[in-house]
Amino acid sequence: MPATAPLPTPKRTPLHQLHVSLGGKMVPFAGYEMPVQYAPGVLKEHLHTRSAAGLFDVSHMGQVALVPRSGHIEAAAIALEHLVPQDIVGIAPGRQRYAQFTNEAGGILDDLMVSHFGDHLVLVVNAACKQADEALLRAGLSEICEVRRLSERALLALQGPKAASVLAKLSAGVEAMRFMDSGPRVVAGFDCYVSRSGYTGEDGFEISVPAEHAEALAKLLLADSDVVPIGLGARDSLRLEAGLCLYGHDIDETTTPVEAALEWSVQKTRRSGGARAGGFPGAHRILAQFDTGAARRRVGLRAEGRAPVREGTALFADATSAEAIGKVTSGGFGPTLNAPVAMGYLPTAQAAVGTQVFADVRGQRLPLRVAAMPFVPNTYKR
Amino acid sequence: MTTTLYTSDHEWLGIDGDVATIGITDYAQAQLGDVVFVELPKVGRALKKAEAAAVVESVKAASDVYAPISGEVIEVNQAIADEPALVNTDAAGRAWFFKMKIADKSELGGLMDEAAYKAHTA
Repeated sequence: MPATAPLPTPKRTPLHQLHVSLGGKMVPFAGYEMPVQYAPGVLKEHLHTRSAAGLFDVSHMGQVALVPRSGHIEAAAIALEHLVPQDIVGIAPGRQRYAQFTNEAGGILDDLMVSHFGDHLVLVVNAACKQADEALLRAGLSEICEVRRLSERALLALQGPKAASVLAKLSAGVEAMRFMDSGPRVVAGFDCYVSRSGYTGEDGFEISVPAEHAEALAKLLLADSDVVPIGLGARDSLRLEAGLCLYGHDIDETTTPVEAALEWSVQKTRRSGGARAGGFPGAHRILAQFDTGAARRRVGLRAEGRAPVREGTALFADATSAEAIGKVTSGGFGPTLNAPVAMGYLPTAQAAVGTQVFADVRGQRLPLRVAAMPFVPNTYKR
Repeated sequence: MTTTLYTSDHEWLGIDGDVATIGITDYAQAQLGDVVFVELPKVGRALKKAEAAAVVESVKAASDVYAPISGEVIEVNQAIADEPALVNTDAAGRAWFFKMKIADKSELGGLMDEAAYKAHTA
């Protein structure tokens, strides 16, 4: 065996050349070369997205179609309900829903979006999990559905208060979509899938476009004076201010949807007493937590000072105790708030909004308070 | 007469007699991106060469600023703690971090002059 295995060459998205030509600072991320920022930097990119519109390349994410072999969409929905605690059968045609793949311990294998396209379902999953997710889907659903990887499609996100007016110039009617509407639409003459959703807390869209037209569409969007390209750095600070989980950090195989404060995403029909209660991996543990509570909970945290409290920082009940009671899972500086923001896990007894805890930052105990999320109000068009 | 020297960690030192003023270089601030927080050492702290002395944080990450030489901290620049963005706009000037009393002038021998630093970052 060689002493050092060669690192796999990072993959590139269909927009790679465009990122480079726009001055994107390319970094390895989830097996891809992705822009972490462009010349204006994370702070300005973040604020521009909140005030106008930002264009994100999220083509590294996995897009998967579940096509029922019987032709009956309900068969695909019922089959998927064996892998997630969400009500998939209840998703209306043209609508999208947030979901999680769970494991037998009730932990989260990945989080995803599920869209009802009339005769099939379309899933968007995380880049780092997409191979495992596809294997999970094939193992669990192949008898019922064709599991089709949509690898020939790129994915763009257009986010911010100007997103709707910008996109409407290229696709009449998108302005009438509501938050979490999702379906096929022609954008600038290209056959796209458009959803009114995103990962910033802002109004906006995700646009799945055939890979060969991705650069042309991105250039059309960037030609609008309201739009600038946004890198992964601002994507992270935007989603953190919006209180949205980052898989592998705020949620993972050891955190359940209840511990992660994602109860809202588990519809009543899948909970105890519901018409299709349970029947997903880890249902025993997750439903027990719904009924009697979980020992810990994901919370938002605001600092009293200006020092950012980063991922991995230990949390303590007071300024002197030796025993950590939790830890920060995402933390940084929120440009919109002009203040540090973080999220992490605390014992449920200390998870109420307003509770003071202390973070160990470089040997000092900094006071934090449990805060409601989102930190920045979302502007979804419901 | 002030002489400016540089470290391979992208700090600058303005040497004036037995006092060194320390900051980060323009190259360093450009690499960091928008600075949102600065933590400065306490006045009176005795720093050993290569010890973490200050912290500079961008939206995304925290970086240490190391003591380029040994000595005692005699003054810190509260202006950058109050307005961290100054580090981006005037790294080589108003955004100095701290001043220290040089403990051992022979440590200056290991530092770069401007020409050498320019070559280092080229």
